[in-house]
Amino acid sequence: MPKSLFDKVWSAHAVRRLADGQTQLLIGTHLIHEVTSPQAFGMLRDLGLKVAMPNRTFATVDHIVPTDQFSEPFADPLADAMIKELRRNCAEFGITFFDRATGKQGIVHIVGPEQGITQPGTTIACGDSHTSTHGAFGAIAFGIGTTQIRDVLATQTMALGRLKVRRINVTGRLRPGVYAKDVILHIIRTLGVNGGTGYAYEYGGEVFDRFTMEERMTVCNMSIEGGARAGYVNPDETTFAYLQGRPYAPKGAAWDAAVARWRATASDPDCAYDDVVAIAAADIAPTVTWGINPGQGVAITENIPHPAQARTADEKASIEEALAYMKLVPGAPIKGTRIDVAFLGSCTNGRLSDFQEVARYLKGRRVAAGVKAIAVPGSQGVGLICASLGIDRVFRDAGFEWREAGCSMCLAMNPDKLVGEQLCASSSNRNFKGRQGSPTGRTILMSPLMVAAAAVTGAVADAREVFGI
Amino acid sequence: MALAKITEITGRGVAVPGNDIDTDRIIPARYLKCITFDGLGEGLFYDMRKNADGTDKPHPLNDPRFKGASILLSGANFGCGSSREHAPQAIQKYGFRAIVAESYAEIFFGNCTTLGMPCLSASRDDLTRLSAAIERDPGLAITVDVAAQEIRWAGQTAKASIREAAREALIHGRWDPIGELLEGLPAARELATGLPYMSA
Repeated sequence: MPKSLFDKVWSAHAVRRLADGQTQLLIGTHLIHEVTSPQAFGMLRDLGLKVAMPNRTFATVDHIVPTDQFSEPFADPLADAMIKELRRNCAEFGITFFDRATGKQGIVHIVGPEQGITQPGTTIACGDSHTSTHGAFGAIAFGIGTTQIRDVLATQTMALGRLKVRRINVTGRLRPGVYAKDVILHIIRTLGVNGGTGYAYEYGGEVFDRFTMEERMTVCNMSIEGGARAGYVNPDETTFAYLQGRPYAPKGAAWDAAVARWRATASDPDCAYDDVVAIAAADIAPTVTWGINPGQGVAITENIPHPAQARTADEKASIEEALAYMKLVPGAPIKGTRIDVAFLGSCTNGRLSDFQEVARYLKGRRVAAGVKAIAVPGSQGVGLICASLGIDRVFRDAGFEWREAGCSMCLAMNPDKLVGEQLCASSSNRNFKGRQGSPTGRTILMSPLMVAAAAVTGAVADAREVFGI
Repeated sequence: MALAKITEITGRGVAVPGNDIDTDRIIPARYLKCITFDGLGEGLFYDMRKNADGTDKPHPLNDPRFKGASILLSGANFGCGSSREHAPQAIQKYGFRAIVAESYAEIFFGNCTTLGMPCLSASRDDLTRLSAAIERDPGLAITVDVAAQEIRWAGQTAKASIREAAREALIHGRWDPIGELLEGLPAARELATGLPYMSA
């Protein structure tokens, strides 16, 4: 019987059925960071347990690191305690830690792929909901809680119920100025922030066939924003080309064998899905959010919704709540909304191609007066390549602050925070109330180039007009 | 590791209404700067409950009538967003023992179950009815019956539901799976040896 990638990977990793009907699933690769792991190591110690397969867990530090200057001890004693605790835990339990000194530190979802640790046909877990990013390689990747981190450390497995699979086909060709970020914002807007509950999303169609790995990662990253526990793209030549030669990728004869296995992991052409959704690429415009969840988005050419247009009482209440928080005018164009901060980075859009694409258009432009603009590479590796290509210079010359690798202002567990009611044009993944560090701070999610357009004009803008695309 | 069998929970309730209440609202990221879960209860709904100067905003959890409530009521897609277990930990450490909402985000639901804190889903109408009853009588005793999948108060009963695997795990005292997972470790090791990427 033809099978989906999800089914194949699940079967290959199912250890046994548990008493409650869930599956004990082998987790091939476990990624950890400083925020959600310390309590898990504490639980291990309390229970007198060891890490079962220490060579299958990899650590890095990302959420709490300052990005203006990385010097220890950190000014924030809580953050400093967290990096020290991670170091201690990795040393004690024999776990590889991509610490700052290795030159490989960065956001966990950027480091895994960069090092070639993220591979097709594998299961991956990490105590972070954006673990779905790794699905771009045809892996089944789950965001998990801290007690589950304990489970994976102690047994390299976790208890999980099987997901259904929804195939999302994006057909045709994206219009110029429309990016992977717009694709996922459009999908979430269409299917809803809880539309994916119970599902893994399999993304496919011509748009995904043409996408680079970094574009696929941007889409898979935000699967969780659509309520899907996991999201993936079937592995293909693009995937293999990305992985070849990376530090943890197989070498020599093992490489050829791995590629053959990976190829066979892809969904069979005529496999059955629990649901299939088709989206026409031509319908996708540069998309920005106007509200307080990632599903509250509009095309840049559209107006901010008016509560009077709501089809249900619930929708009306949610529009009203969002507009009251965002302090936006119902029914007004979203274009032209003044911004205070522009943030380019995060596990969604902090990769080389994000900075490369923006740099193409940013050359010779200046950040508008009064706008604080920061560009934060997702890893030391990304920062290094940008520097070697002179990309950091383009950003600096334009008036951006060019920072060190980390999660930065995506969730503001570090000194990068909005202040008061500042409004941020952000390439990150969540526009929740207070997400960017100020309880009244406001976030508008968009693609990196749209962030650049907002930065240089001082307002939410259509990058196609600003940069003549 | 004998775990409590969680079949039903009786206590007073408080409603924190709204849909899509995300984990950043449940526990703002700045409260995640910790290496233990101790004291997280203080950060629960912090930015919803407190002004910048630390004074109280009007919020159900600040209302003295609902002090000591152990059953939290909310709307649809409760707990969406981050996988941070700090969110259910904060709810539990604040003193809640069960949640009744219209629906839940998946990672949050799993995290709660693993902590032995049942998340039951009820209809909008029943939640409205129950919230109104609590508003009239904050001392009302509410029973969340996990086994029978219903909520009872003052002679009234509402149907509720919980995913079967979670119900099984809670009522049989298997909600923390570590014991069972450890039993399966030899089989997991065996399976791993057959996967080239794990045995290389």
